[in-house]
Amino acid sequence: MIASLHLFGRLMMTAVRSQMQYRGAFLLMALGSFLTTMVQAIGIWALFDRFGNLGVWSVAHVAFLYGTINIVFASVDITARGFDTFGSSLIRTGQFDRVLVRPASTVILVAAREVALNKLGQLLQGILVLIYALIVLEINWTIGRLALYVFAVSSMYAFFYAIQIVRATMSFWTIETLEILNTISHGGMETAQYPMSIYKESFTNFFTYVVPLACVAYFPIVGVLDMPDPLGSTLLTQSLAPLAGFVFFAVCLSFWFFGMKRYQSTGS
Amino acid sequence: MDSLVTALVRSYAAVVAARFRMLLQYRAAALAGIATQIFWGCIKLMVFGAFYAVAVTTPPMTFTAIVAYVWLGQVLIGLLPWNHDPELQELFMSGGVAYELLRPLDLYWFWFARTLAYRTAPTLLRMVPGICFATLVLPLIGLPEWALPAPASVTHGLLFSASFLATVLLSCAITILITISMFWMIEGRGIATFMYGVVPVFSGMIVPLPLFPDWMQPFLQWQPFRGLCDVPFRIYSGDIPLAMASQEIALQFAWAVILILFGYGLIARARTRLVVQGG
Repeated sequence: MIASLHLFGRLMMTAVRSQMQYRGAFLLMALGSFLTTMVQAIGIWALFDRFGNLGVWSVAHVAFLYGTINIVFASVDITARGFDTFGSSLIRTGQFDRVLVRPASTVILVAAREVALNKLGQLLQGILVLIYALIVLEINWTIGRLALYVFAVSSMYAFFYAIQIVRATMSFWTIETLEILNTISHGGMETAQYPMSIYKESFTNFFTYVVPLACVAYFPIVGVLDMPDPLGSTLLTQSLAPLAGFVFFAVCLSFWFFGMKRYQSTGS
Repeated sequence: MDSLVTALVRSYAAVVAARFRMLLQYRAAALAGIATQIFWGCIKLMVFGAFYAVAVTTPPMTFTAIVAYVWLGQVLIGLLPWNHDPELQELFMSGGVAYELLRPLDLYWFWFARTLAYRTAPTLLRMVPGICFATLVLPLIGLPEWALPAPASVTHGLLFSASFLATVLLSCAITILITISMFWMIEGRGIATFMYGVVPVFSGMIVPLPLFPDWMQPFLQWQPFRGLCDVPFRIYSGDIPLAMASQEIALQFAWAVILILFGYGLIARARTRLVVQGG
């Protein structure tokens, strides 16, 4: 385990160094990532400015949710780049055969193959929005709330990483990366930026019981912010909900190993 | 003279047709794209719906106008000029742009023809399933309040077509400006990067422009990106009164002409000082 982590760290550092060879391109792309995600924040600001609060949710409450999700999502994008490009760069080219003969876990080798440093732009954007929320909200941080927040953030990370693994796993069969799963990853991020209670019931149910997005984001954050929940969750369910993110990760990881057993090289 | 013009028009039309046929190959990608766009549209409508439900003062647009705005935006998102033809960028990186200069066609209009196909072919592929979903499927699955309404009247529909034509011209003119910027910066992403931030917000794609704060309206009213979404979509729904529509469309065309002339002038300048990348 220690040896794997060490290897993971070494490979990641190599990937970072290789990216930093193109500093100008990196800065431009990071700026692009900052701007593309910033437009969403501008949209949210415009709507709150026009309409006022969304029930009990003020713009600062939504900013807290939005900032947190953006930070986690960007962190996943940065560290899961290897899975993101898996279909096009490892499966279609037949390069995955070479990964298979190496004496380390495929998960580590694929994950640490590339980093997407350009997403630091989105990360920065999320941090700025979160800082704004923290200044306005003046949350009374108890140990319990802080623990729940850390639990929620790590569960969110596991959740979004798991979706990247599923996307990559699908390409064992489809060869190409399936863009359609973007609706769950990017669409999920978009969805979770607003309180779940504003959506239609069938939609909320899908994102609670089938894909547990609400369990990793909305419910625990409602607990941290100590807000009333029209969906009827209690502090107990809010505190336990993030577990679903880790279960989801475990299921997706076993799907990866299942897919790997079925892998037939493209032979090119 | 007359036959020369016909021959020229025919050659540009051939460029459009050839690119168009090539781009129509990407059918699976288009289907995945429109599925994502539909999903996005539903989220947007739920978000706008939630804000409309709590509105204390009357919003500047009706919810029906918002529905039309959202669906037209989702269906026509491919027209937004926030990126550029990657094959043209390749030409700059490889030095192939030298061959482009040798062609017996005017470089600006040759690229305009290519860009026209690049913008419209993928959009057309997405439009058909997207519109079917928004007009037919939504009422069937019990969500008629989300369905794309018909144009406010026949006149509105006709004016929308005129405005839409201006949108296409405007979009191509802006896309070409991004391409032309590569004469100065090989990394064409420089300008495109700023477009990521500017185009979605100022066109109205993120939030319909009338919903932005009132103090921003005078500025939003006159900038060119508004002609990409806001003008045609609001003419469609009747949110822009008929009396104002022709003036708005004229403004769209005026911006298209200005940006085309600007691009044309830039290309003329760039040709005189071009250094081709070897290799």
